[in-house]
Amino acid sequence: MSYKLQFAELLPYWNVLLYGLVFTIVLTIVSTVVGIAVGTAGAAARTFGPGWLGRIVAVYVELIRNTPFIVQLFFIFFGLPALGLKLSETIAAFLAMVINLGAYSTEIIRAGIEAVPKGHIEAGLSLAMSKWEVLRHIVLNQAFRKIYPALSSQIIIVMLGSAVVSQISAEDLTYAANYVASRNFRNFEVYLLVALGYLLLAMLTRSLLRALGRVIFKAR
Amino acid sequence: MSLVSIRDVRKSFGPNEVLKGVSLDIAKGDVVAIIGRSGSGKSTLLRCINGLETYQSGSIVADGIEVAGANTNLRELRRHVGMVFQQFNLFPHLTAAENVMLAPTVVNKVSKAEARATAAEVLAKVGLSEKMDAYPSELSGGQQQRVAIARSLAMRPKVLLCDEITSALDPELVNEVLRVVEQLAREGMTLILVTHEMRFARDVGTKLVFMHHGKVHEEGVPKEVFAAPRTPELQQFVGQVG
Ligand SMILES: Nc1ncnc2c1ncn2[C@@H]1O[C@H](COP(=O)(O)OP(=O)(O)OP(=O)(O)O)[C@@H](O)[C@H]1O
Ligand SMILES: [Mg+2]
Repeated sequence: MSYKLQFAELLPYWNVLLYGLVFTIVLTIVSTVVGIAVGTAGAAARTFGPGWLGRIVAVYVELIRNTPFIVQLFFIFFGLPALGLKLSETIAAFLAMVINLGAYSTEIIRAGIEAVPKGHIEAGLSLAMSKWEVLRHIVLNQAFRKIYPALSSQIIIVMLGSAVVSQISAEDLTYAANYVASRNFRNFEVYLLVALGYLLLAMLTRSLLRALGRVIFKAR
Repeated sequence: MSLVSIRDVRKSFGPNEVLKGVSLDIAKGDVVAIIGRSGSGKSTLLRCINGLETYQSGSIVADGIEVAGANTNLRELRRHVGMVFQQFNLFPHLTAAENVMLAPTVVNKVSKAEARATAAEVLAKVGLSEKMDAYPSELSGGQQQRVAIARSLAMRPKVLLCDEITSALDPELVNEVLRVVEQLAREGMTLILVTHEMRFARDVGTKLVFMHHGKVHEEGVPKEVFAAPRTPELQQFVGQVG
């Protein structure tokens, strides 16, 4: 059992792999930013919004949290065209990621909002602030502080889970790996390299998020 | 003309009627001390006055604003009616000064500089000029409660509601807060206080209200009421706590 590693055979494909890496990074960043915005709106609707809106959000969250991501992705990419909505691989990938992280972060942020003492909300209201002003200036700030670690973990889960978008030929890092392996048959080297890529990306994201947290929440 | 006029207010939580027809008139400059057993409806009454609770019938008019149901202009009402709570409820992510500045900047849209000047003024009034930039977690309970008072004062309320604001404090910290309230009373601030501090109610109050089973059971000038309670319920209550 001896196998001679031949990483040199990957060299001709460096640009394919780099493109995949950049795609994965951009996909993660965009879906994180938009997904958390969706999650914040969803959590606000569930806790501060009218009942009917909260119920709609609850259905969305349950639907997403109780189905596999790959099925959500396939539904958007292969299913929606039946309704006349034909999306490119890239758009479908971004959309699926946002919808997915949006649902998970709705739940995480909602937990943070509910952990804010009711008395703080009443104090804000008693100071003549509106519900939305209280949410923005008093509740969300405290909520994000509390759930920042959980949200960070979810971002990394979503980043690693993004590999699934290669299944609809969105050109992420895993898609690049599949592409290279199908050309030079160096499966071992390609997937080892790409696994290392994801590992580094995850570790980098984690320390980046930790540093960002320290800057944002520097006060107590 | 009373500043706060409460007429036959009834309030239930489900089947549990908590206020059973409460009427009270509070004039400008009054210092009203509300006493009574746990569960007699003191907090609920206070919370109805600034619209934190709704009530089913009767009427409350505070500073000319009718506090009733969904169409009340709660924002306008609460600009005139401040509230301080037992649990301080300072915003932990903001410094003392920022706690005080938040509502003026957000609600009244005054500039940061102006709000900070106001914060300096009201924090000085409660004796905390040195603590402007301290976070709530760096303050004692008594200091936190004084910041909470300052935070309400920054909105220049006409009436201040205080719900057992010394009950969560260690005994040795009670007096520093009561002194601040007493000073406000001397300056003519209209105060409605739910309190268990009987001596304070007698010495500083201009009006005593004894609540019992959701009703105003007895009211009058504190010194007279304490000296000669008319109802057996108040006699018993005063005997127990005093
Ligand atoms: N949000 C609520 N939902 C249901 N019942 C409530 C609610 N708030 C208060 N109550 C009930 O209303 C009654 C009066 O409560 P309230 O808090 O006004 O009493 P209190 O006189 O302030 O008592 P304490 O001295 O213990 O603070 C109690 O029986 C209480 O259980
Ligand atoms: Mg109470």
